[in-house]
Amino acid sequence: MSGEADPPAGEPASGGPERPGLQISGLEVRYGPVRALRDVHLAVPDGSVAAVLGANGAGKTTLLRAVSGTLRFHNGAITSGTVSFRGSRLDGAHAAAVVRRGVVQAPEGRRVFARMTVAENLRAGALSVPRRRAAAARERVLDLFPVLAERARQRAGLLSGGEQQMLAIGRALMAGPSLLLLDEPTLGLAPLMAAKIAGAVRQINAQGTSVLLVEQNAAMALALAERAYVLEVGEVTLSGPSAELAAGDEVRRRYLGIGAPNTDRPVGTDPGFAGEGHERTGLARWTA
Amino acid sequence: MAVFLELLVNGVSVGAVYALIALGFVVIFKATEVVNFTHASLLLAGGYVIARMHPLIGFWAALAAGIVAAALVGALVEFLILRRAHVGSRGVLAIVTIGVDILLTTELTRRIGTEVLALGDPWGDRVLRLGPITVAETRVVALAVAGALIAAFLLAFTFTGWGVAMRATAEDAETAALMGVRLGRVSLSAWAVAGALAAVAALFLCVFPTPGLDRGTAAVAMKAFPAAILGGLDSTSGALAGGLIVGVTETLMNGYQSELVFLGRGIGDAAPFLVMIVILLLRPSGLFGTKEQARV
Ligand SMILES: Nc1ncnc2c1ncn2[C@@H]1O[C@H](COP(=O)(O)OP(=O)(O)OP(=O)(O)O)[C@@H](O)[C@H]1O
Ligand SMILES: [Mg+2]
Repeated sequence: MSGEADPPAGEPASGGPERPGLQISGLEVRYGPVRALRDVHLAVPDGSVAAVLGANGAGKTTLLRAVSGTLRFHNGAITSGTVSFRGSRLDGAHAAAVVRRGVVQAPEGRRVFARMTVAENLRAGALSVPRRRAAAARERVLDLFPVLAERARQRAGLLSGGEQQMLAIGRALMAGPSLLLLDEPTLGLAPLMAAKIAGAVRQINAQGTSVLLVEQNAAMALALAERAYVLEVGEVTLSGPSAELAAGDEVRRRYLGIGAPNTDRPVGTDPGFAGEGHERTGLARWTA
Repeated sequence: MAVFLELLVNGVSVGAVYALIALGFVVIFKATEVVNFTHASLLLAGGYVIARMHPLIGFWAALAAGIVAAALVGALVEFLILRRAHVGSRGVLAIVTIGVDILLTTELTRRIGTEVLALGDPWGDRVLRLGPITVAETRVVALAVAGALIAAFLLAFTFTGWGVAMRATAEDAETAALMGVRLGRVSLSAWAVAGALAAVAALFLCVFPTPGLDRGTAAVAMKAFPAAILGGLDSTSGALAGGLIVGVTETLMNGYQSELVFLGRGIGDAAPFLVMIVILLLRPSGLFGTKEQARV
């Protein structure tokens, strides 16, 4: 695209200059007086999948909001550090501008447009791209999720949870992103459906789209991602190649629920998440 | 019976004009969640431009100028004031729009003074006879034009990218932004469309049998508020239903005023508000509104 600037000289690029992708460095985010992220460094090289793990309230959604430009909807702001994609800065950009740079988020909780049909939801995802590209994207999405074609005329609010998640991902793909941000895509889904979503993520990545995946389903996320980051109370406490993390004692015990009893529940940092969120226990779920 | 039919046709016609105003009101609410009390002064601005321009450039050009002017005033209010008013609450923004309305109305009524301005329309006081009933030509034209505009609007709302962006924003602004929808443009276009519709409504509120545009026209436009509210602030079909209900009730009440003296004089003017209160008591989110119910 002509609007994209070349990487400015001196920009740090830990993904290597040939795969610059998403670069986050020294990121701090505040919601008013509340500091939700502190000194976060993270990279998603072009073509890769990166995973972010962490407990409720760790700041995972905040991290995605900082990338997608939606902090302002929550009275939050980046107070220091930078977010850049392929050399152009995203921090400070409006959400719509971020989409036009090729970074699109499927939000937490799916948030399909319930009063609109499935087809209209997909159309909404393609509002920022020309008609021809939208048609091509629709083909890709319906190929990936054939059920969306069957349900095209149905109101999105009537879809099952799994179908809504497929729609949310499909809708995000309609803009033809280079980087897809996914916020807990398997939350609340039965194992079979979660596996389906995981398969779709793998396929999306194989088609050349890089993915930043936020998950509490650590086993699934580590299996999909090349690199993983562990967020704890707003800080990255652990990061590295997924295979190494999955093999490490720390992650096995706390994130994969192996070798430790699931007794030490976290104290919820956000009262708003009390209840349902704390019931997620069991193997392969966040249990620390 | 003929009297009733005449009143009904007139009522539907007036109702269609109210619906035009209510539709603009609803569009702004859907796009921005702001209750726009500036609407009456947008209407007055459109009417004023038509009235002042038609002796100079002819009626049709003046009408176009009035529509453009009202759209522009609407867009400017959005761009210069509301977009910059960084107040958290929609309630405060609604009060900001009241302030803007007072400013605009004061200036316009000062310019209008005590005059009654003709809008130079080609229909004059001609009437049409359809069998036993007699209707002013202006009323028939108003009905046709308002009907066509409403249809065009609804088609655009349903089928165009603009409409999809509007509806997505209305349902979930943050997610719409995540889809690349530019919320600023959505809100700007909503205000411009509302202004344009208001200018057309101004024309039909000021032609025969009304003597013309005067300082009271803004008060007439106020009757579209209950129309929008009783239909459901966030519902376009509600705006239509509300407009028609208000128009027909008001016209019938005025028409049968002599039989209704026990209700007091001027019941026709109060009727829209009475109907609104009754409907809101029965259905708090209006006839077709979803907002409140969806948020439970
Ligand atoms: N709008 C907001 N205003 C104030 N604080 C907020 C807001 N949103 C999030 N926070 C706080 O920021 C921190 C991080 O929240 P965030 O939603 O990013 O966590 P998360 O890791 O996505 O949690 P979950 O797994 O429950 O989705 C929490 O302490 C939370 O209370
Ligand atoms: Mg979250």
